[in-house]
Parts: sequence; structure tokens; C-alpha cells
Amino acid sequence: MQLVGGEKINGTANKINLKLVLTLATSALLGSTQTGATPIPSDTTTEESWSFDSAFLYYSEADRVSAAEVIFSAKKTYNDDSILNLKLTIDALTGASANGAVAQPNVQTFTRPSGKGNYNVKTGDTPLDDTFKDTRVQLNGQWSQVLAQNFTSSVGAHLSKEYDYLSLGVNGNLAYDFNKKNSTISFGLSHFQDTFSPEGGIPKPFASMPLAYGQYNGNGNGNNSRETIHDATRMGSDDDKTTSDIMVGFTQVINRRMVTQFNYSYSVVDGYLTDPFKVLSLVDTSGIAQDYLYENRPDKRTKQSVFAQTKYHFDETILDVSYRYMWDDWKIESHTLDTRLYIPLGEGSYLEPHLRLYQQTAAEYYQPFLMQGEALPEFASADYRIGEMTAYTVGLKYGVKLDGGNDLSFRLEYYRQDSESAGHKAPGVLANLALYESVDAIIAQVSYSF
Amino acid sequence: MGLLDSLADKLFPECLLINNYSFCNQIHMGSYEVLKMNKKCKYSLVFVGVVLATGCSNLGVEPWERDLLAKEQMALTSSPIDSALDDHIYFSKEASSGGKSFGGGGCGCN
Repeated sequence: MQLVGGEKINGTANKINLKLVLTLATSALLGSTQTGATPIPSDTTTEESWSFDSAFLYYSEADRVSAAEVIFSAKKTYNDDSILNLKLTIDALTGASANGAVAQPNVQTFTRPSGKGNYNVKTGDTPLDDTFKDTRVQLNGQWSQVLAQNFTSSVGAHLSKEYDYLSLGVNGNLAYDFNKKNSTISFGLSHFQDTFSPEGGIPKPFASMPLAYGQYNGNGNGNNSRETIHDATRMGSDDDKTTSDIMVGFTQVINRRMVTQFNYSYSVVDGYLTDPFKVLSLVDTSGIAQDYLYENRPDKRTKQSVFAQTKYHFDETILDVSYRYMWDDWKIESHTLDTRLYIPLGEGSYLEPHLRLYQQTAAEYYQPFLMQGEALPEFASADYRIGEMTAYTVGLKYGVKLDGGNDLSFRLEYYRQDSESAGHKAPGVLANLALYESVDAIIAQVSYSF
Repeated sequence: MGLLDSLADKLFPECLLINNYSFCNQIHMGSYEVLKMNKKCKYSLVFVGVVLATGCSNLGVEPWERDLLAKEQMALTSSPIDSALDDHIYFSKEASSGGKSFGGGGCGCN
């Protein structure tokens, strides 16, 4: 018995050491003056304490994109209830992504976004660009503190960098508690400044996808002229967009078992909103593609949403239900219903089933292809993500409390998107081809908090 | 009604939301249902707004009755990491984002 006890103590000591090392490291990074004198953190002996959350997520679509994402979050709570939260996110993406063109009864050849090389798509397959690859690093910092009695403020900064994308953001939030802290109103602002420098440059709206260059052994002049033709389809190497959000929230404790939240959000996205990698097939009356034209989206989008959430504590289980209605000036409307049920299993372990239902209507300029001989619209995109769609997620999370109070959890979910026709007639051969494919994905996650 | 009509139309030109939601009196699970956009729905939103503005002072608990609400599982965002990961996935796969928290830019994934 003593031996077992001794092992337990050692095990706990190891965990504390890990936390101590991270505490020292984080304090050193922040230039904290108390680094040298930092005591072994323990929830019972110090009021100022660090806590750490970490997670690894794997997302994989059948035959399409896979992503691996790691999050590490450090939170320090000060004696005056101020909270500092630092978060590092790293993700890597690889695989194939729909390029917007429609399936055809023949092999199709597309130029890679860089212009250097091409890829073929099999007969009857939805065209996917298999060169999708990116690594992203994101840093977030958030500081929350009580400003005055019943007033809490929070400010944050965001930086995200990819090979071809840079996003900088700031946010601020002010919350006021009243009615014995049973009611809270909050007001928040956020602003993002993004710069996109896509591989191969920014295509001109509705420019024809040029032939690939660089891989052919033709004479130099021919190759050069192909590069010139490619460059003529571009209008620059990078472009910007800004996103400004306003959010008003209201939280209300209903009774000992129930709390509710309501939010209203207004968001304006301004700038380059087109996807430079997406094209539309230009088809003739028999449905055969004659050309591929780069898409073009409006340079402004105004979104609004209302969100409501309720949590209810039954005798043992806790039900979490939320609903969001979003609408925008692209005529997209969406409904999202999200439910979770927390089921304690004893000794700190629990199960949490999850069900999410989603439905959206298509953007007014969405169309699966362009018709030859018809005037080009002002805007058009065949990106299924702004088309008509229903989706659902079913999942299960299992969590367990380890010795020393650390939390370990596993989450496994299945996500399915079903694209649907928004009423566009499919001419000729397109009538017998799959224009609206479903996407299946698995989400697996391991989280550890200490 | 004319004023209410124009206010509702201005605030929520196309709305479809929770209806049948008696906010201050007898809220219980399952008491709401989603209905198609109609005038009633707009009135409900305005009603909710008015109710929020008045503060619902008869709701809530005393400080010593917060035993259940104080549980970390009762926090409105009980797993911030899960929420962040989910937001990233759905932001990049669907045309909607935010609502619960800011859903702005942040990555080139969309």
C-alpha cells in the first residue's frame, strides 16, 4: 500500500513539474518579475495561478482535405480576478478541394493556381484541385479585468500567418452585471485586417483559366508567351479585406438550474472576398465545358445574426441547446441548431453526445456553371460553400479526471454536408452527372487540461 | 401597430427565429419552436428586446443559490478549446460564422 501511495505521489510530482516548467517558461516569456520566486503552483496554496489547456484535432474528409490542428492555451488568473489568456494554434492542411468546375463525361485538365503545371480530373468526377496545402500559425492574447463594480472589460489581439495569408485583429468587450449579477449586458467590437497573396496572383474576374506554363519542352518563346498569357489573366499579387463586427449580448440567470444568453451580431466584410482558386465551367447547350472562368464575388458583405443559448441542469445531466439565425445581403440565410448533453458517469468522468444541424440557402449570385452565349453576370461563384446546403454533425465526447485534477478528454464526430440544387437547370450531359456532391468528414480530438 | 411594424421591419427585414418564447414567466425546455418568417416572429423579436431592456428583475437567484450555476459545466462556453476548433472548421466549410462569439476573419480558409 505504501508503494502504491509512493507511486501516486511521484506521479503527481511529475505533473506538477510539467506545470511548473510551463509556468516558469511562460513567466520568462512575459518578463514577469516574479519568475525566480514562483512557488510550485497549486490550486490550494496560491491565488495567482496558471492553468493550461491543450488539444490535438484531426479533421479528414473522404478523398478531400485533411487537417491537423494543435492548440495550446495558457491562462493566468490574478488575485484581483484579472485574467490573461495566451493561445497558440498551429494547423497544417493538405489534400484536395473542389475548384468549382462541374463534372464532365470526359477527362478534364486544369491549370494549377501557380500557372506552372496542370492536373487531370477523371470522367464523371467532381473536379478537385489536389494541390491544396497550407500551414498556419495563430497567436491570440486576451486580457480581462474588472474595471469598476459590476463592469468587466476585455481586450484582445490576434495574429494569423499562412504561406499566402496574413490576418491581424483586435477586439474589445465591455460587460455590465446587474440584478445581483443575474443579468449581464455586453457590448463588443472586433476588427480584422487581412492580406491575401495567393500563389499565382489574383485572377481578373471571369478571365479564362490560361494554359499551364513551365513544364513544357517547347521552344523558349512558346513557353514565355504562355507565361505572358498567364500574367495577362492576373490583376495583382495580393489584395486586402477588413472585417468589422459589433456584438450586443444579454445573459440571464433564470433560476438555480437555468441560464440563457442572447446575442445580436452585425458584421461588415469589405475588400477582396473572391476565392482566387475557384472557377466556373462555361458550358454549351449540351452541357459540355468550353472554358473555365475565374469567379467574381461582390467586394462587400453585410451579415447579421441572432443567437440564443440555454443551459439547463437536471438532477445529474446538463442540457446545452443553442440556435443561430444568420442572414446577409448576399441573400444567404442559415439556421444552426446545436445540442449537447453532459452525462456524468461518476468520479469526474463523463459522456457528452453532440448533435448539430445546419441549413443554408444559396447566395443570390451562386450558380453551378455559366451558360455559353448568355451575358456574363456581374458576380458569379460555383463554390458549394455558398450554395444551398444542409449539414449535420453527430459526435460523442468522453472525459475523465485524472489524479491531481487534470482533465483528459476524447471527442469523435462525424460531419456531413449535402449540397442541393438551388433550382438551376442542368442542360444536356450535366443532367446525368453529379453536380451536387456530399462531403463526409471525421473529426477526432484529444484534449488535456492541467 | 404601424410603429411596431416599421420598427420590426427595419430591425429584422427577413427574420425567422424562436417564437412562442415566453421569456420572463415560464421558460421551460422545449418551449420554443422555429417558425417561418412572419409578422408574429418580428413582434416576438421586438417583444424580446423590450423585455431585455426592462431587465427581467424578477428572474434569477440569490448568491447562495448558485451551487449548480457555479459548476464549470454550466458555463455558457464550458469548453473554449472545443468551441475555437469548431468555429474554425465551420467557418471554413460553411457560409456562416460567429453568433456566439466574434466570427470575423482570421484565416484564409474561407
